[in-house]
Amino acid sequence: MVQRLDDLKETSSQTAGPYVHIGLTPNFAGISGVYAEDLGKRVIEDGVKGERIVVSGKVMDGTGTPLKDALIEIWQADADGLYNSPSETRGRADPKCSGWGRIPVDMADGSFSFETIKPGRVPHPTGKDQAPHITFWIVARGINIGLQTRMYFSDEEAANKEDPILSRIEHQNRVPTLIAEQDRAGYRFDIRIQGHKETIFFDI
Amino acid sequence: MAADDSRPESGAFFARDSTVHPPALTPSYKTSVARSPKHAKLSLGTTLSEMTGPVFGHDLLGDLDNDLILNFAAPGESAIGPRIVVHGRLLDERRRPVPGALIEVWQANAGGRYRHRKESYLAPLDPNFGGCGRVITDDEGHYCFRTIQPGPYPWPNGPNEWRPAHIHFSIFGHGFAQRLITQMYFEGDPLIPRCPIVRTIPDEAAIRRLIAPLDMNHTIPMDARAYKFDIVLRGRRSTLFENRLEGN
Ligand SMILES: [Fe+2]
Repeated sequence: MVQRLDDLKETSSQTAGPYVHIGLTPNFAGISGVYAEDLGKRVIEDGVKGERIVVSGKVMDGTGTPLKDALIEIWQADADGLYNSPSETRGRADPKCSGWGRIPVDMADGSFSFETIKPGRVPHPTGKDQAPHITFWIVARGINIGLQTRMYFSDEEAANKEDPILSRIEHQNRVPTLIAEQDRAGYRFDIRIQGHKETIFFDI
Repeated sequence: MAADDSRPESGAFFARDSTVHPPALTPSYKTSVARSPKHAKLSLGTTLSEMTGPVFGHDLLGDLDNDLILNFAAPGESAIGPRIVVHGRLLDERRRPVPGALIEVWQANAGGRYRHRKESYLAPLDPNFGGCGRVITDDEGHYCFRTIQPGPYPWPNGPNEWRPAHIHFSIFGHGFAQRLITQMYFEGDPLIPRCPIVRTIPDEAAIRRLIAPLDMNHTIPMDARAYKFDIVLRGRRSTLFENRLEGN
């Protein structure tokens, strides 16, 4: 026998279920008067530094059907690549950019959309700069543990090419699943949980 | 410890121990079949994008945010059902308390009915129960809220499937990598071992850690029983030196 490590085990994940909105966006769920406003409705405030953009898309299951009960949270750096977090040690982020958003998909057609700014570049532990990206976390009924992925930008070709994460992906033909394309409305980012063009999810 | 605690936490997180979590594909929970990625997840190692996370101040909270018995009720009214207090501690894998963490909860009413437009169970709504609450952990990681014990409810996974009574929990730690959603169950509920969602977790000991025991010492006499539910988030390295090792 040896000594025992006394670390605790992480609490197990359980699905967010079909009624996640009651807890996380009660006003969206029609429960008004408990909280003044749903958290994470705005990622940015007026006066924010940087290029304002709109990101929209859908989350699809293995049959190509959009999820109508999914909830997404996003997390991103400000225009200078700083995170609005106490764990950010490199400087103070733009106070007008919370960097965090919580977006329930539309209950009728499954679409989502949010306004933000294009994030700056953030260094990787290797010292290289990462390409601009937004972290996504997706929960829903049938998803046993929140899915983490990243959205990169199609108009950042040079930065994407040298990105220490994108360039290390073995199946380079799957990289486009992480890259939002530009259309008239802004950036389009569809997430496919399973099947043809399945989005790359990360174990972070 | 004191010197450690005065610095902002910026270390990389320990790798997630997948053995305590459900896999994505769990066919006895049918909805997971089309909602589970087939490809392996890509190991990223934590970068600043996952080590950082949003923070929520205590000024966010209203007086009744952690009182589900009153926070939706008409003045002078209160929710119907067995009155309980749920309390516990939020720690990380290194046994360090996680202060300032936002915990959001949601649940069915005492009859097992959710207040949601897509909910169709025949049990009635309670006009004085909304079903959501939130609390921020104190300096030692403690949290507490008051509610009514939710009822079990049927769900269309099989012809006769019932969820054990449960409260849904959403937890923000200090880094986005710690983000967690789980469910708390109640000691003694015979539906727990029958539940396909509970059984998505492959580890019996991990399931037991989701079951809150009755805590007589924290019961409020002649008012509410208490259940204790401790939660553990991923731990992280504490020093820059350790960070560097992580980066190589
Ligand atoms: Fe539930």
